[in-house]
Amino acid sequence: MNADRRQVLKTGGGATLLALLAAAGWIPSAWADAPGWSKADFDAHTMDDALKALGAGKPAASGDIAFFSTPDIAENGGVVPIGVNSKLPNTESIAILVDKNPFTLAALFDFPAGTEPTISTRIKMRETSNVHALVKAGGKYFVTSKEIKVTLGGCGG
Amino acid sequence: MPSIRSLRLITGAVAIGAALLAGPVVAQTTLENASAKYRQDLAEGNPADLWVARGQEMWTQPRGPKKVSFESCDLGQGPGVVKGAYATLPRYFPDAGRVMDLETRLVWCMVNQQGYTHAEATKLTFGNGSRHRSDLEALTAYVAKESDGVKMNVSLADPHVKEMYDIGKKAFFYHAGTHDFACATCHASDDLRIRLQYLPNLTKPAGAQKAYTTWPAYRVAQGETRSFQWRLHDCFRQQRFPDLIYGSDLSIALTTYLAASANGAVYVGPGIKL
Amino acid sequence: MADPMKIRANLVGDSTEVKVLMSHEMDTGLVKDKAGKIIPAWWIQTVKVTHNDKVVLTAQWGTAVSKNPFMSFKFKGGAKGDKVTITWIDNHNDSRTDTAVIA
Repeated sequence: MNADRRQVLKTGGGATLLALLAAAGWIPSAWADAPGWSKADFDAHTMDDALKALGAGKPAASGDIAFFSTPDIAENGGVVPIGVNSKLPNTESIAILVDKNPFTLAALFDFPAGTEPTISTRIKMRETSNVHALVKAGGKYFVTSKEIKVTLGGCGG
Repeated sequence: MPSIRSLRLITGAVAIGAALLAGPVVAQTTLENASAKYRQDLAEGNPADLWVARGQEMWTQPRGPKKVSFESCDLGQGPGVVKGAYATLPRYFPDAGRVMDLETRLVWCMVNQQGYTHAEATKLTFGNGSRHRSDLEALTAYVAKESDGVKMNVSLADPHVKEMYDIGKKAFFYHAGTHDFACATCHASDDLRIRLQYLPNLTKPAGAQKAYTTWPAYRVAQGETRSFQWRLHDCFRQQRFPDLIYGSDLSIALTTYLAASANGAVYVGPGIKL
Repeated sequence: MADPMKIRANLVGDSTEVKVLMSHEMDTGLVKDKAGKIIPAWWIQTVKVTHNDKVVLTAQWGTAVSKNPFMSFKFKGGAKGDKVTITWIDNHNDSRTDTAVIA
């Protein structure tokens, strides 16, 4: 392990580093992003970066977006139920973002015409944080936020 | 909360005392409500269904060296009959000469009908992720699901079963281990809890019923569906007892005591628990 | 080989309600195993739902979606007996497709 690490450090450089990591078994060889998965969006570590990556600019707060079946307190951060409903006309997508997670964007759902802009899922939260529902409707971005308290973190434990 | 604050302003010292007393109670109720809501929000889609589906598929597949399916396995309702079987277990099986719970009976069928050795059949009793999945946990979830909506009815008429019930009850109150623990330490009083989770009082019908009828269960913290044998095994670990052997008479005695204590309640599992 | 999904599709009024459970570890890549070695990130990245070959929902997921993911949504139309098909693809380029009939 130590030898590998030294080699990695000495070599530096992106591509070589990746190849070495793969060779050391740190990255599975079959690793490949699924077609249509936007790596840049999901790599963001802060809300600002995520909004930038998504091209959402400064979204307007909206009362037409609501959380439902979403707890105020989650006893296990590994499984936090999140429901989001948008009443905004021409809702195209709903994104769920968590301020204090290692990666801010948790999930992004696209709604073709005919699908109700409502989604339920479950996410992991590292700690108590604001959770944002970011909606793209008619080409513009809107957001509503809610704090969810986590009594047991969702990253192992 | 605002009413407490205004009370303090209006009536002075006496009210301050009352408010200080009321504070924690209010906070606790809020927490309890929040906790109840979280559990309610979780209940909609129970991943235990994934285990049920896997167990159901396994049930009819030829298995083991003898290539025999579980359709010849008698859970007390006739060979292969799963409907309502879980709600009547443990029971005495004359062919085995033992009182058995579901898990023990499944192992017995794997050994005596499918041709596995006991070691093979019990190699992975508790799974760990998709790379180490336990067939027994899937089979248990499936069979239990087939009792969903059925009233618990563990008969103590057979003296073998009654004997196990009595031993189980004794074991439940038996203090042992480095920490002088018993099952009863945590499960014989009302209102005890770990963090926000209330511990059921298993000595009362309501507590035993609510607890027993929701196992097996998907454990959110583990991402696994666990059987009642797992529940007991982990309680022993938490008590710093030696490992509870899977399918041992002690495990069956405790199961018999708790299952019979749940008699009359409708089985509603597999459940979802933190 | 990934395990089958559990899909329920029910007609509620003039909408079809879809609920799906997927069997997946959804490893974040931030957790260590008992030996102290990082468990590499392994998660479902895209999900596509079709109703009679028309796309009714697509999703992109990060590692923050919970283990054994659950998702539920509704689309207009659909009739009893119609097919709802769901496909997920993970970062190992492993995928799984399952179909349910609207009840």
